[in-house]
Formats: sequence, structure tokens, C-alpha cells
Amino acid sequence: MARFGMVIDTRRCVGCMDCVVACQTENDVPIGFSRDWITTEVRGTFPDLTMEIRSERCNHCDNPPCVHCCPTGASHVEPLGRTVQVTANRCIGCKACIAACPYGARFVHPKGYADKCTFCLHRVKDGKDPACVSVCPTHCMTFGDLDDPNGSVGRLLRTRKWHALLPEAGTRPRVFYLT
Amino acid sequence: MLEITTTRHNPGIDPALHVWGWEIPLYLFVGGIVAGMMVLAGYAMLRTAKGEDTKSFFSVQTPLLGFMLLNVGMLALLLDLAHKLYVWAVYLTFEPLSPMSWGSWVLLIVYGVLLVSALIRLPDAWPWLAQRVPVLQNASDWLLARSKLIKALAWTNIVLGVLLGIYTGVLLNTMVARPLWNTSILAPLFLVSGLSAGAAAVHLAARVFPGRPAPKSLIGGALAAMVQHLGPEPPRAQAADSVVRADIGFLAVELLLIGLMVIALLSSTASHAAAASVILGGPYTAIFWIGVVTLGIVVPLALQALELTHRIPHTVVPAVLVLAGGFALRWVLVNAGQASQILQTAAG
Repeated sequence: MARFGMVIDTRRCVGCMDCVVACQTENDVPIGFSRDWITTEVRGTFPDLTMEIRSERCNHCDNPPCVHCCPTGASHVEPLGRTVQVTANRCIGCKACIAACPYGARFVHPKGYADKCTFCLHRVKDGKDPACVSVCPTHCMTFGDLDDPNGSVGRLLRTRKWHALLPEAGTRPRVFYLT
Repeated sequence: MLEITTTRHNPGIDPALHVWGWEIPLYLFVGGIVAGMMVLAGYAMLRTAKGEDTKSFFSVQTPLLGFMLLNVGMLALLLDLAHKLYVWAVYLTFEPLSPMSWGSWVLLIVYGVLLVSALIRLPDAWPWLAQRVPVLQNASDWLLARSKLIKALAWTNIVLGVLLGIYTGVLLNTMVARPLWNTSILAPLFLVSGLSAGAAAVHLAARVFPGRPAPKSLIGGALAAMVQHLGPEPPRAQAADSVVRADIGFLAVELLLIGLMVIALLSSTASHAAAASVILGGPYTAIFWIGVVTLGIVVPLALQALELTHRIPHTVVPAVLVLAGGFALRWVLVNAGQASQILQTAAG
């Protein structure tokens, strides 16, 4: 069974926000909300500075706290790619998943249910990349099956240095950032 | 130095998480009171089963008052839901890892148990209804004649009360993403605070209309059934004293648990220590130490101790302070806890 994940090369990302716009267009994300976003992290004191630009989204964690706390099973692990998804007509809008997510990846859709990145599963089913990956002008994002030994994401993770977000939260996130 | 900039600006999420307003603290507070009242009612019902104190306020009106209070809490809970029309989805499944799912099912059983418990003395407490619905009188007589059943009901009340009180704390502490809640002391703290608030609510209700005959009318009778002591005599001083004595114990344990919670947070990771700083110099310092600890615990503890030793007359002041403090505790923890987060490491 596949286990989808994403690898993002922070050395290539320029923070153009094309991924953000593509997601909003593809998924009809309501105005004022975003399922993915750009984070810029600057470390150090001038003139000794480093900067990392990251395109962030739901990490589709292997140990998802949002799924564990959901009282209705609306937040669930989808068999396809073991991705974390929300069934809108089972969600009661209790917001427990939003409080449980250490990444702030979820929000309340104006219609009342919890919403977030789906890894564009509707596109992936058709053999396409998620919208954000497909539009990236620097090709900094790679999407694929982490369990496939010859897959591109697995190979990038084996050959490059990477970090994931808040590993101390114990969620085992599946969006990786190459450094 | 570490400077993080994000383009994300989702309402309720950024700049700090705030998805739960007044509804959740109110629900946690009322749920705590009901939990405490169930434990107290269970204890009083055990005495009823033994044939002692059969007309005690605490076994009679407590379940009914608890039932009505629970409705207030459930209304608050419903108001909090963003997708209200789908609330039924909670009862289509049981999710063993979700404290909220446990709580939803416990609440359903609590409703039933409170109703049956209220039935035992409903005809005495609300004569208007019993005269018009004779089956209530029959059901009450049937239950009262079976002391084993009342004993079982009493223990059910105690166990469910403890479960209800604990789950509200577990609900928050399972969230790894919120360091302030991330202490297992939260569950016993909420339970003990609920017990103390339950005792205060019962005490307050027993003192509001002491010892007037129950009104015969529909609405007056219904209200009296919830808060009024049965019969022409006020609650016996000894019964009121026992509630006050119990509350002193609960408040003392609560104080100890708050101390342990602060120490536990400070001695944990940097994120937990930073989370504790909101009540140690941060924005919630004044409301926590003055509202929750001083006015909500220490002052009522002292007043009740003085009342018991007959140095000052009995008043409702400690009960009111305990209730206000119980709400303030949950308000501070829910609001400050949401905004707490795991810190990122920065060199230098």
C-alpha cells in the first residue's frame, strides 16, 4: 500500500507563492483562507544570516493527532496513500482537530466543517501531481510514494540532507524539506 | 535570533490559535458541576438505600438540578459547533482514541441516569406533576421499595460523575500541540474542581429557598423541585456542614494540584515552561492568581473553615466564590492553552 509524501527543496524554493495560488484555484479555497502557505525563516544576526523559504501544508502525519481526537471519524486516514482526509458531512465542527494540530494546518471552512490540504487526492487518482507541485516554476517539490524503494521521493530523502517540521511533536510528518 | 514570517492568515488560527470562545469553558465548568453533583448525589443515595436521610435535599433535588444544568452545558456545546446540523454524526460511531467520543457517549448515559435518579423523589419535589402523571408516583414507589436498585443507581452516579469530571481534563491534555494542557494533572484537577463546584452548587441551591413548602403551581413547582429543600424545615445544620466539610477537602486538594501543575510544567520542556509563563508574569497572571487561586480557592477555604468552627455565620459567599473560581479556572486554561504552542529552537 502506498504512503504518499512530499519532498520540498528549500534551496530551490524562492517563495513565489505560485503553489498557494494554484491550490486556491484548484480546490476552490474560500477567500481569506489557505491550505498551503509560505514560511520564511531567518536565523542569526546581521551580517551572519541564513534564510530558509518553505512551502508548508498539512503534513499527512503517520501518527496524526487530528485523526485520533476526532469524535466522529470525519478526520480519517484514507487508504489511498495513507493520507489524512476530512469527510465534510461527518464533521460536526467541534474544532478539536484544529487545536490538536501542531502545524496550524487546519481551519474552519465558512460552511462549518474542518478543512485542509488533501494532497489533491482527486488529481493523484488520475495519475497527476498535486496542483502545488505541478505549477512550481523551480520544480522544488516532488510528490510520490515514500514506500517505493525506487521512487523519486525516497531517493531524494536517501541522497540529500533533510528536516521535517516539529519532529518533537511525535506526529511523524510526511512533508520533508531538503536543506 | 530566529525570525519566522508566514503568508498564512487563516481566521481563528493566526496569529495565535483561538477557535474556542466562551462556550467551551462554560461547558467544561457546568460539566464539572454536574460531575461533582452526581458524586454527591450518589453518596446521599447510598444513605437513602440504607434507610437514613430519606428526604435529604442532596439525594432528592441534586439529580434534577444536575439534569437542568447539564442542559445549559449541552446548549453551550451545541453553540460552539461550527457544523451544527451534523451533530448526530457523533452517535454513529465510537472512536476509542478520542476523549470527545468517550465524553459524548458518557453524556448520553449521564442524561438517562440523572433522569432515573431524579424520578426517585420527583413526586415529593414536584407535586403538581406527580398528581397529573400518576405513573411517576408508581415508578418512584417501585424504586424506593428496592434498596438494592437504589444502591446500584448510587454507584452508577458516582462512577459516571468521576468519568464525566475526568474526561473534560483528558480532552485537553491529549493535545500534544498545546503544551499548557499537556499535563496529566489536568484530569484530576478538573475532577476535584468539579467536585468542589458541585458541592458549592448544592450548598447554594439549598440556601436559596430554605424550608418553604413546595409551591403547588406548574412553574413555581418545577423551579422549587430543582432548588428547594423538601418540607417546611430547612436542611439540617449537620447536613449543610457535611457539604462544607467536603468542600474544604476538595479545595485543599485543588490547591495542591494547581501547585503540582505549575511545577510539572516548569520542570518539563522549554515549550511547557514557556506555556506556564502565561500565568507566571504573562497576560493571565492576574486573573489566575487573584481570580482562580485567591478568590476561588483560598478565600472560600478560609471562610468555610471559620464557618465550621462557628467563628462567622454561614453565608452563600464561599459557594458563590467557588463557582466563580471554577469558571475562571476553565476560562484561563482554555484560552491560554489554545495560544500555547511548541517552540522552535533558535541558536543564540
